[in-house]
Order: sequence, then C-alpha cells, then structure tokens
Amino acid sequence: MTLILILWLIPAIAIVINLPSPWKLRSDYINLAAALGVFACSLILLISTSNEQSNLLHGYLIISSFGNWVTFCVSTVYLLASIYSVGYIPLLKLSPSHTRRFYMLMEGFALSMLVAPFMNNPGLYWIAIDLTTIISAFLVGIEREPESIEAAWKYLIVVSAGLSLSLLGIVLFYWGGTFHLGPVYQMTWSSLHQVANRIPPSFLLLAFLLVLIGFGTKAGLAPMHTWLPDAHSEGPAPVSAMLSGALLNTALLGIVRFLAILNGTKASGPAHLAMIVIGIFSLIIAALFIVRQRGIKRLMAYSSIEHIAIITIGFGFGGTLGIAGALYQMFNHSINKSLMFFGAGNMMRGYASKEIGSIRRVLSSYPATGAAWLLGAIAITGAPPFGLFQSEMSIFRAGIISSNTWALWIVVIALIVIFIGFLNHFRSMYFGYEPNPDTVPTLKMNAWLVSPMWLALIALFVFGIWWPTGLMQFFIRAGRGL
Amino acid sequence: MFIIHASSIAASIVTTLIAIALVLSFAMLGSHWLKNHILAFAGESWVIAILSGAVAYYGNYKELYLIAILTALFRGTILPLLLMRLARRLDIEREFTPLFRPASGMVVGGLLIVVAFAVSNSLGTKLGVTNKIALVALTAMFGLKLIGFLLMIVRSEAISHILGLLVIENGIFLGSQILVPGLPFLLELVILFDLLIIVMTFGLLVRYLKTHAGTTSSQQLQKLVG
Repeated sequence: MTLILILWLIPAIAIVINLPSPWKLRSDYINLAAALGVFACSLILLISTSNEQSNLLHGYLIISSFGNWVTFCVSTVYLLASIYSVGYIPLLKLSPSHTRRFYMLMEGFALSMLVAPFMNNPGLYWIAIDLTTIISAFLVGIEREPESIEAAWKYLIVVSAGLSLSLLGIVLFYWGGTFHLGPVYQMTWSSLHQVANRIPPSFLLLAFLLVLIGFGTKAGLAPMHTWLPDAHSEGPAPVSAMLSGALLNTALLGIVRFLAILNGTKASGPAHLAMIVIGIFSLIIAALFIVRQRGIKRLMAYSSIEHIAIITIGFGFGGTLGIAGALYQMFNHSINKSLMFFGAGNMMRGYASKEIGSIRRVLSSYPATGAAWLLGAIAITGAPPFGLFQSEMSIFRAGIISSNTWALWIVVIALIVIFIGFLNHFRSMYFGYEPNPDTVPTLKMNAWLVSPMWLALIALFVFGIWWPTGLMQFFIRAGRGL
Repeated sequence: MFIIHASSIAASIVTTLIAIALVLSFAMLGSHWLKNHILAFAGESWVIAILSGAVAYYGNYKELYLIAILTALFRGTILPLLLMRLARRLDIEREFTPLFRPASGMVVGGLLIVVAFAVSNSLGTKLGVTNKIALVALTAMFGLKLIGFLLMIVRSEAISHILGLLVIENGIFLGSQILVPGLPFLLELVILFDLLIIVMTFGLLVRYLKTHAGTTSSQQLQKLVG
C-alpha cells in the first residue's frame, strides 16, 4: 500500500512544486526526478508482488501482476519521455509559464495512468481513463497551432463518445448481477466475475461488446481509431510517445479485465472471437494507411494501431502463450514506439517538416539518431533480433494451437504488407534521391534527444535475444490472475 | 428491487417522467436554435432529478435524494448556464449546417427509439424481466444514447456535439437510476463531477478552436486527414 501511495505521491508532489512560486526551479528536471522515482517504485512493485492478486483499502484497490506490468510499461515510457523532453521542449520555444504548464500536465497525465491499473471498481477505472483523456487533450493542443487544437478537439469528442458506450456496458454488467446478488452489492472485477456465470450469455456478450467498443475507442482499435492519427501526430513528440506507449496499454487493460470476467461462461468464446475480429480489422486498416502514408508521425500513429491490434489478437487467442505474448508485446511496443516517436520528433525539428518526402539522407545528417531510428524501424516491423519479434512469434504460436487458426493467415499477410510499406518509407528517407540543398538540416542534436532512443533500442535488443525465464513465469502468473 | 416491487403509482410516475425526457430529446432534434437545445437539455436534466427523487421515495434509497439535488444543480443548472455562456461568447445562435431538416431528424429519431425498444424487449426477455418500468427505462437508456449520437452526427457545430454527448450521458444516468438505483454512491458522485470537468474542458477547447483554428464547425475542421 505504501509503495502505491509513494507511486502516486511522486507525480502529485512534482505538480505542486511546479506551481508558480518565487523560486525559479527547473520544471524539466523536477519532472525527470519524478519520472525516475516513479520508475523505481514501479520496478520494486513489479518484483516484490509475489501473489497473483490482492485487494487493499476495503477492496477499492487491486494489486495484480497484470496491473503492475501495465504500470511498469507506463513508468518506463514516462521516464524515457521525460529524458527526451529536457532536450525537445526548448525546441518548441514555449514561454516559461507555458513550459511549466506542459510539465504539470505531463505529470498529471502520468498520475492518471498510474491510478487506473489499481482501481478495483470498474466504474472508478472508467473515471481514471476519462481523466487521462481530459489531461492529455490539453497536452495534444499545447502548441496552440490550428492543427493541434483540431486534433485535441477530435480526440476529446470521439473518445468521450466512445467511453460513454463503455459506461453503458459497465451499468449493464452491474444490472445483470443485481438479479443474483441483490440490488446493492460491491462493484468489483471479482464480484462481476463471480456472478457472470448466472447471467444469460447473450446479455453478457452485449455488455462486453459495449465495453470493447468503448475502451477500444480509447485503445485506438479500428474503426473507432479516427482520433488517433490526428492526436498522435499533432502533439509534441514526448506526448505522442506517452499517448501511444503508455495510454493505449492502460485502456486495453480494462478490455482484458472484462474479457476475464467472461471466462468460464458461454459468452467467453464469442467474446474472444470479437477481440480477434476487431484486432484483424484494425490490422488491415493500419496496413492500408501505412503503405500510403506521407506524414512521418502519422506513420508512427498507424503503427501504434497495428501493435494494439496484435496485442488484442494475442488476448483473443488466449492461453498461456497468447497472454504471455500479448503482455510482452505491450512492453516492447511501449519502448519501441517511444524510440520511433523520438526519432520522428528529431527529424521533424531537424528538417522542419512533417512530410516523409522532405526527410532525406538521414544517416549523413544525423548518424547517431539516424542509426537508432533505422534499427528501431526494423524492430517495429517485428524483425529479429528485437523484442517485438519474440512477442509476435509467441502470439503466432498461440494462434496455431487456438481454435481460430484462420485469423493467423490474415495477420501474417497484413504484417508482411506493413513490413514492406513501413521499411519502404525508411528506404526513401535514408537512401532516396539527393536532398534539395534548401532542406539540408541545421539543427544540432544533443544527448537529451538521442540517449533515450539508444536506451530503448538496447532494451529492445536485450529482450529480443533473451526472454528471461522469470519474466515468462511472471506472465503465466499474470494470466492466471486475470 | 425497485423495478420489481414498485407500486402502480410509482410505476406510472416513473414511466411518465421517462416519456417527458424522451419528448425533450425530440425537441432538441426538431429545433435548430441552440438556446432551445440547451433549454431542452436543462429540462431533461430536471426531469431526471425528479425521477431520482421519485425512485428515492418509492424505492427507499435515501442517498438518491442527494443525487437528485446534485443532478438538478449540476446537470439542470450549472451545465446549461455554462453552455449558454459559451454560445454567447462564440456568438452562435443557430446551427446553420444541419444535414437533416428538423422533420427528417425527428423521423430518424423515432426509428431509433423503435430500434431501442426492440433491443430492450429482447434483452428483457433473455433476463426474464417482463416488467414495464424496466422495459421503458432500458428503451430510454438506449434511445437517448442513439439520439445523442444522431445529434452528434447530423450537427456540425462543436457546441452541438457537446450537447449530443450530454444527452448520451443523461440517457445512461436515467437508466441507471431506475435499473440499478443501488449503484455505488461514490461512483455516481464522481461521475457528476467528472461531467462538470469534461464540459469545462470542452468549453475551453471550443474557445481555443475559435481563436486558433478560426472555426467551431466540423465541416471546416478538415485539415487532418489520411
């Protein structure tokens, strides 16, 4: 309990310190210190929690391996984004008060994402997710450009509409339980799971589909993904990394917990199938838009949809391998996507353009950033020897032994299309025609901008060649605790 | 459980109130004046507040009295005032770009209510609930949800989108008061405050839209595509 409190208090205190005061404190360093503290806490929490699931604070909080894993993903991205922000935010030329506001919002955003995985009441989890939307909408629009405000507006309206569907789903779940547990009972994940077997399967499935569409909107699953490419491409690069690497996982956590409620009921099979179908549809949409993409950050945004789709399919396949692969994919996606958004941010500032067509001969202009970004691009398409290869292979193996083998064929074809389409864009940026002399970049990269990319790449490489046994056992435990 | 044990007078009052809430949502569909929309929303929220009071009285759920007061205060008074102020600041009196004429909008709305009834009826049968109040509450919950989405789709002004979203929220709130009056009290309170925060956020963003993007109409917010 103490550890969770510290985990929440660190960003909360950082917000308070960043409030206007007579002392001129560096808000970027305060944020970085908070991110380091949060990362350390989440790591200790991850290692120290041995049992599958326990409740605290009269059942309001839940500590589970799955929740701890999502928290760890959030804190890792928060740390990487905080390091990167020290170098990146000065490039935006925001006023000092605006910069302070940015860091306060970033800390608030991290805090809201750190609260959600511990909510044992699905309704309170919904509220935490709603709060993430409100705070991050301001982060997306922080630059006050017409495009970024438009993106923030679309994000807020589409996600709020989607989340209202999940609230309806939650109310229906609770209502179904009242016929057996009485008109007033504690709304928790476990109480809903206990009563699920006595609720008619078709009713359960309808409630689950509402939740899937609702939280799926937040997770960026197609066809509710329309806000994602706009918000991810128009926010500053560290915010894009947080939105993609951390927030999507936090939203997916809700879907998976509702899926787990259905375990052991007749609605479980159709619900898993719904996960696979929506995942495949998202994968196809991502593949089509990646191939014809012109904007560099939009390319990364569609890649996020691809990754979330694969994670969804992994949970849809289920079983030990499917869940382990999906959980591993969550972390690999988090660090890989952070790397890619940081690289995209660096290139956007370096070449003063968001267009892929304006970025040329990256390795000659930026050898250190360019090398990490190129290797990150290879990693993100699921090629060995990086982490995503391991996690995707695990999901494939789960697909082979599942009852939905047909889905695997579509997944493989879509991934091949994405591999070719994605790397073709990088081919043109690295080895394409000679650049126009006017577009030769002048911006000098510094360690703050490059080091988080390399940190992420090293982790991706290590997790690509070595999947620790302890981690596999942890994933098995997390799967059992669902 | 309230829906099963409600007396005939309670059932009549609740059903009438739900019907009034639905009619008010049609008033929103049928008018293009923003002031009318906001007033209809305020009216609908007051109806829901009275409904909460009725469920509290007849179902003996004491905490619902507080929810009723807060609903009237937040949803019925503060939110409409905030929206009125926003409309005044943006200098928008009317929705100029409707896709449907008022009459067509109302016909589509009517069809959506029929769909909502069919879904509710089927759900009620599966759950073994043939009770009239449950059926009407479910129909209103799904119906208001669909009408809210319709409002968001056919209207292009940002403030109309906020109103559409609020109608959706009203639908869920109305349904949950009747179907699950015992829904944890803390949750209901937090949702009310959350709604206030989200409307204030919307208000701020709409003003940013006007200042930085020069428009609040989704028909002109077309820069980001592909």
